[in-house]
Amino acid sequence: MDWMNMSALEVGKKIKAKEIGVEEVTKAALDRIAEKDKDVNAFITVCADEAMAQAKKVQKGIDEGTLTSPLAGVPMAVKDNMCTKGILTTCASKILTGFKPFYSSTAVNRLEEAGAVILGKLNMDEFAMGSTSETSFYGPVVNPWGTQRSPGGSSGGSAAAVAAGEAFYTLGSDTGGSIRQPASFCGVTGLKPTYGSVSRYGLIAYASSLDQIGPLGKNVEDVAEVLSIISGHDPKDSTSVAAGAIQTQLTGDIKGKRIGIPKEYFGDGLQADVKERVLAAAKKLEEMGAIVEEFSMPETDYAIPAYYIIACAEASSNLSRFDGVKYGYAAPEYKDLTDLYYKSRSQGFGMEVKRRIMIGAFVLSSGYYDAYYKKALQVKAVIKQSFDRAFGKFDCILSPTAPTTALKLGESLSDPLKMYLGDIYTVSVNLAGLPSLVVPCGFDKEGLPVGLQLTGQAFTESQLLNIGYAFQQATDYHLHLPETKKEA
Amino acid sequence: MKITDEMIDYIGILARLQLDESEKESAKNEMEKIINYMDVLNEVDTTGIEAMSHAFPVKNVFREDEVRPSVDRELITLNAPKKKDGCFQVPKTVE
Amino acid sequence: MDYITTMGLEVHTELSTKTKIFCNCSTEFGGEPNTHVCEVCSGMPGTLPVLNRQVVEYAIRVGIATNCEITQYNKFDRKNYFYPDLPKAYQVSQLYLPICRNGHIDIEVNGKKKAIRIHEIHMEEDAGKLIHDPWDDCTLVDYNRCGVPLLEIVSEPDFETGEEVIAYLTKLKAILQYTGVSDCKMEQGSLRADVNLSVRPVTTDELGTRTEMKNINSFKAIARAIEGERKRQIEVIEEGGRVVQETRRWDDNKGASFAMRSKENAQDYRYFPEPDLVPIEISDEWIARVKSEMPELPDAKKARYLADYGLPEYDVDIITGSKYLVEIFEQALAACNEPKEVSNWIMGEVLRLATETSTDVEDISFDFANLGKLILLVKKNVVNRPTAKEVFEKMFKENVEPEQYIKENGLEMVQDDNLVREIVVKVLADNPKSIAEWKEGNEKVTRFLMGQCMKQLKGKADPGTVNAVIAEELAKL
Repeated sequence: MDWMNMSALEVGKKIKAKEIGVEEVTKAALDRIAEKDKDVNAFITVCADEAMAQAKKVQKGIDEGTLTSPLAGVPMAVKDNMCTKGILTTCASKILTGFKPFYSSTAVNRLEEAGAVILGKLNMDEFAMGSTSETSFYGPVVNPWGTQRSPGGSSGGSAAAVAAGEAFYTLGSDTGGSIRQPASFCGVTGLKPTYGSVSRYGLIAYASSLDQIGPLGKNVEDVAEVLSIISGHDPKDSTSVAAGAIQTQLTGDIKGKRIGIPKEYFGDGLQADVKERVLAAAKKLEEMGAIVEEFSMPETDYAIPAYYIIACAEASSNLSRFDGVKYGYAAPEYKDLTDLYYKSRSQGFGMEVKRRIMIGAFVLSSGYYDAYYKKALQVKAVIKQSFDRAFGKFDCILSPTAPTTALKLGESLSDPLKMYLGDIYTVSVNLAGLPSLVVPCGFDKEGLPVGLQLTGQAFTESQLLNIGYAFQQATDYHLHLPETKKEA
Repeated sequence: MKITDEMIDYIGILARLQLDESEKESAKNEMEKIINYMDVLNEVDTTGIEAMSHAFPVKNVFREDEVRPSVDRELITLNAPKKKDGCFQVPKTVE
Repeated sequence: MDYITTMGLEVHTELSTKTKIFCNCSTEFGGEPNTHVCEVCSGMPGTLPVLNRQVVEYAIRVGIATNCEITQYNKFDRKNYFYPDLPKAYQVSQLYLPICRNGHIDIEVNGKKKAIRIHEIHMEEDAGKLIHDPWDDCTLVDYNRCGVPLLEIVSEPDFETGEEVIAYLTKLKAILQYTGVSDCKMEQGSLRADVNLSVRPVTTDELGTRTEMKNINSFKAIARAIEGERKRQIEVIEEGGRVVQETRRWDDNKGASFAMRSKENAQDYRYFPEPDLVPIEISDEWIARVKSEMPELPDAKKARYLADYGLPEYDVDIITGSKYLVEIFEQALAACNEPKEVSNWIMGEVLRLATETSTDVEDISFDFANLGKLILLVKKNVVNRPTAKEVFEKMFKENVEPEQYIKENGLEMVQDDNLVREIVVKVLADNPKSIAEWKEGNEKVTRFLMGQCMKQLKGKADPGTVNAVIAEELAKL
């Protein structure tokens, strides 16, 4: 049988039972990448040698009993905006050409300590700015479900690699939906944890107050297991919450759970069969004992403008450090210091990144701060209050993840505003810092996956994961892979 | 709001980005569209609402004043496009 | 026409914490370039700041010492600009909610007291150092100072003269030193001042356009910069021109200031709340504790020295103006309980030797209690004053212990009055010519005779005793 179609925990179990060796499974994963990634382009860097060396080390740790994590020895991959010591880290941007950090992000460190084998670094939208993974300097990622389709973004490589069976699980990052929307488009499970649950140390910032690292995998159990490794307080990140790792009891019992459906999320612009699948999922949960009720969140319309103002403002500041002096790309010719800055940045950043930096510089500039940036922070507070009110009544909010299924490649590049509007269902969650889980809930009429978004009150990952688990126990959408689907 | 040539040039200076004429033209149009769309926020009554920069009320996160070894300077300048004598090298600064 | 000058001051002081403001790198001065640097203070991608608690503690201390209100809920903001000494291209600082506000420092110039108001004090990070490399005609960047904690102390525009500015800086420096938050070494850049200055004719109340002169780092240079800029602005106005609001750089060697003008210098820093750091909440208890641990401050010390020791005000101003002189004073005093003597020694020999050997007062390093011991030795007539001064020079330069040094070198005074008389008689007998002159009424020869006696006594007798014996013996003639 093809191991690569197994879940991460299943492989972990087989490794533990000595049915498979770590080096063997790592080799299998590398072979799979070699076979598949020509088409998918999920990887920017494959570190085969490092992975094989790590596999050997991990096998030894497992044999000696020092590595006991259920995921020890399971090959995985990391979005290329997380620093990995000695391994090229690019943010899919030309401006980070050749950048090899001498430190690793906390999330990566924790996984390595638990015995993860890192296969490589995953493609993404440049600096995580985009919803299609097409703005990468290293070329677009292709959705394994359809060669003409985008996998979503910005963690398109992270979702596509899982869907294509190139890695058993991956890390992504979510600033405005960047884990959830690609998870939805690629038919995999993805979690955006509560802001502060997973350390941002070593994550190259797009928008610091919104960025959050999270896992993507084939099912809720895998995602929950990864979360238990990467979450928990990190003294290197001042915004990381003073709490231990999140351990989840997956019981599958959701009787009496109150689930709210915001009616504004089901209005115009939502693809009909997406709406149908999501509401069918709600029905399913109701059958399993949950109490499902419609409610209103009228602030939804304001989330996108508030999100883009805040994200662009922070990005304009965060990305100022890329200037051709300390690391990465430097323009080959320049006449003075200022010219070096202008040329390196203008040649090093792609158009979408430049656009967001400029919007950010504008909304913070003298005379506009109050009207845009400050106003956006106030609207953020309004949106947070609106969620707080909802969670007074509900345990979880159920919605679609995106208005459509996977878009055709190239479709949204021509109109940035249209692309921004596609983030309608995901960005509020980042503004309010909440946890949100996406699980596959069916297919549209073209056979493309649809993702169900479940959002909870802060720090209720366990409950969310349990609801997602219950859903996956009762359905088999998450078991479909692009290939098996095609065969079926 | 109209995004003028002057505004685009000024933002370019602030952000140290140089756009060629065609890029400038499309940036102007797109930014104008986006900024105007953002004006929808004016519909929200935010009187008396505090600007919220952090989603959760975490406060007083400190580190103790204890020295730990710095990093080998070979590593600090490892990725530098131009370096000399353990320093980053840049074109002469006027001053 | 007469003009009124109005000035405000922004003083940056490097705090003497062990580590930088947002990482564990040492703040130690010097070191090879980029050796006190890590991924955080060099702004490497993905790294995050964590605030050093001691920086907040020090800021509160200075706030209390300068009569400020402590902002009990305060935050950091980012100040964005591109320059190679700033690796993140933003400086983490405080704009919207600085940690201290609305304070004042009292100064006195020519007997006139004045309160200089403090607008605010905020915490921020220092930038790196740019080194010009003449070989390649380029600039080299060293991040060792990057992230060293700074306080910026911003005054209201309350100064009218350079003397007031110097008095304020002297007082502020003393406060920073007394509270132990900074060593204020100007030559190492740990105290730097920006001066905002405008002039207006006496006939109007409306303030003139101000200019800002940046990073002036000695008191003398500040005095010169103020005078130079004042003159320049008056000249501009008298020639019918207008003063332009701008940042100028004072070149102390040329004795002139120059505009720093560039379109890239648009002062639009796009401040916004630093998302990587969380707010600071300072409890009443925290403030109360810092207050209770506050050392005696310059004004209180001055009042006490005047009242308890009856020292001249001028001397007290000098001594209490420096934490280091205070240390010498208090340790020497503890060893001898002779305040006037200690004060005289500091004002005289200590400062003279410091100047002579180009030693900064903070670097004077002998065992200060030994000065007290020396004073007692003089008092007990073990040594005379001239010898004591020689001994002190040894103490100052080589930190010798006075009692032992005197003993080892046989510098004790001749206590034997008979020996003194013997010498005097001999000297008188050997100098009949001088005696003759004296008899003719030339009193001056006694000084020559005194010198001859002291020479014979190897300088080790009490001059008073010798004089008296000479007078007695002369009277017998």
